[in-house]
Amino acid sequence: MPDASLKKKRPLWYNLSPLNLPLPGLVSILHRISGAALFLLLFWLLGLFDASLASPDRFAAAKATATHPLAKLVLLGLLWAFLHHLFAGIRYLFLDVHQGVDLPAARATSVGVLATSLVLTAVLGWALLW
Amino acid sequence: MVSRVVVGAHYGLGGWLVQRISAVVMAVYTIAFAVAFVAAKPLDHAGWKALFSPGWMRVATLLFFVSLFLHAWVGMRDILMDYIKPTGLRLALEVAVILTLVGYAGWAFQILWRI
Repeated sequence: MPDASLKKKRPLWYNLSPLNLPLPGLVSILHRISGAALFLLLFWLLGLFDASLASPDRFAAAKATATHPLAKLVLLGLLWAFLHHLFAGIRYLFLDVHQGVDLPAARATSVGVLATSLVLTAVLGWALLW
Repeated sequence: MVSRVVVGAHYGLGGWLVQRISAVVMAVYTIAFAVAFVAAKPLDHAGWKALFSPGWMRVATLLFFVSLFLHAWVGMRDILMDYIKPTGLRLALEVAVILTLVGYAGWAFQILWRI
């Protein structure tokens, strides 16, 4: 017969590291972080877009800004944020209509979202930024 | 007279729907833009400008931006509701987000119709 009072004394240990989240949870928190990052850097992106269309001089200036090594790193991060947010968002649209809700499918599509966005970030980052 | 029940079904459905519709608009624009970009391969200012010159392209891009700003509002509102508990601070941040996004919408319109 299990002793209820012993059970109460057992230590609680919550591992809250995002890397120990279930895969759908990891996709979810990254969806939120990527969305927030895109919002916070929207000012910079709109500024680059503005300059790129304003005049040949400002286009050149925007190009110089965007091709600075540090800017490239930020843009690569934003490219990943955009792609992850896009693919995770498409996954949520399918979940909305009850597609892929069971655990094996939810795990498989989570891996799909994480992998596709990382691979596409590498490919598009290489093609556009380097 | 409007009597609104703040708990239960359908409260917040508007935001939920705006988030989804704006997401689809942005996804479709992204694919169309990628195709147009690869087809035109604009490498200099003239080519880049020519890509955005057709009237329909400006309207489509404006639709993308409006969707982006509506989408950002719903998302940021969700984030603020989850993490910012003091009502006054949350309201202030929500107002700041709204004003920022409305300002961005004006900016985006200016960028596109100045071309």
